[in-house]
Amino acid sequence: MSDRTDLLLAIADDELILGWRNSEWTGIAPFLEEDVAFSSIAQNEIGHARALYELAAAELGTTADELAFDREPGEYRSAPLVELRRLEWARTIARHWLYETADEIRLAALKASDDPEIAGLAAKMDREEAYHRMHAEMWVDRLLATEEGSERLQEAVDELWPYALGVLDDELRPELVARAQEKLERALADVEPVPRGVHEAELAELWEEMTSARRSAPAGAQW
Amino acid sequence: MGGDDLRQTLGTGWRAVVTVDDVWAALAEIPDPEIPVISIVDLGVVKGVEVTNGTVSVEFTPTFMGCPALDTMRLAMEARIAELGASADIHVRLDDSWSTDDITAEGREKLRAAGFAPPAPRVAEKLELVQLQRGFRCPYCGSTSTKLENLFGPTPCRSIRYCEECRQPFEQFKTI
Repeated sequence: MSDRTDLLLAIADDELILGWRNSEWTGIAPFLEEDVAFSSIAQNEIGHARALYELAAAELGTTADELAFDREPGEYRSAPLVELRRLEWARTIARHWLYETADEIRLAALKASDDPEIAGLAAKMDREEAYHRMHAEMWVDRLLATEEGSERLQEAVDELWPYALGVLDDELRPELVARAQEKLERALADVEPVPRGVHEAELAELWEEMTSARRSAPAGAQW
Repeated sequence: MGGDDLRQTLGTGWRAVVTVDDVWAALAEIPDPEIPVISIVDLGVVKGVEVTNGTVSVEFTPTFMGCPALDTMRLAMEARIAELGASADIHVRLDDSWSTDDITAEGREKLRAAGFAPPAPRVAEKLELVQLQRGFRCPYCGSTSTKLENLFGPTPCRSIRYCEECRQPFEQFKTI
C-alpha cells in the first residue's frame, strides 16, 4: 500500500468512526439543538470519509463501501481518540474540540499538498469543518465559564490528551500543543501519544454494530 | 444542415441533435431534492457541460460532501439527458470550486421567497462564530433583529435562526 493510500485511509477511518460516535447522540443529546448538531456533524464526517475512501479505492481497485465496511476491525487505521465511547457530555465536548483542533492542523498541511486531488479535497472538507470548530469552541467557552463545567472539561481534556496527540504525526504535534494550551490557558502534560494501529476494545463493539446490516446480506447485495 | 449552423450533430439515425444549451435548459428544470424551489443550476453545482459524439459530459460538485441528495441529483441528470436522446457521463468534482457565492441571483431570490435566508458572502478571513451572530435579515418580515439559534439544521447546508421581530424561526443557508 502506498503512503498516499495509507494516509487517505487513516483520515477516512478517523472521520468514519468519529462520525459514528457522534451519531450516537442522535435522539439522546441533552437538548434538541445538540441532537441536531451532532447528527449533522456525523453526516458531514461520514461524507468526508466516503470521499477519502473513494480516492483510496481508485488506487486499490476496490470501492468505498468495501473499505468502510468489509475490513476486519484490526485493519482500521483510526486513531484511538475517535474509537472511545464517551457518552458523557464534558468528555464528548473535550474529544470533539481536541479532534477538530487536530483536524484543522492536519487539513492545513494537506491543503498545501502537491497532490491536487488531496489538496482540493482537503480544501472542500475544511469549509465544512469550520462549522464543527465553531461549534466545539462555543462549547468549550460555555463549559469554561462555570466552575463545575470548567472542572469537568479540564479533567476530560487531561484524560484524552495522550489520545489527542496520537491523531497527528510527530511534526504537526507541537502546533496542537500550542493551540490547546492557549485556549485552556495552562500547560498540558508532556506525555507519550497513544499511537494509531493499537485499537481500543470499543472499536470491535462499534464495528459489530456498524457492519451488521451489510454482513447480514448475501454477498453482492444491491443497496 | 447548413454550414453556418453551429449546433453540433450528435450520433446518427434516430438520435436527436443535442446542444450544450439544450442540456443546460434541461438541467435547469431539475429541482434541488431537498429545497425544491431552487434548481440545481440556480444552486451553481453544475460546473460545466460538454457534448461530444453523442455523450453529454457534466461536471458537477456537491454542496456538502455528506449530502444524501448527491445520488438523487446524479440520477435526475442522467434521466433528463437520456430524454434528450444522449447518454450521460456525470463527473463529480471534489474540490473547493463551489461556494455558496455561486448561487445565482435568481436562486437567492427563490430561497428568500420560500423562507430560507440566502447565505452571506464568503469572507477571505477565517469564519468566526461572531460573524454569524450578527443580524441577518428575516426572510418573512425583513427585520435584522435576528439571532443564531443553531449552527446546524435539518440538512448539512442549513443553520437555524430566530427573528425577534416576527418571532419566527427560520433557516439560513450556511456560507461555504
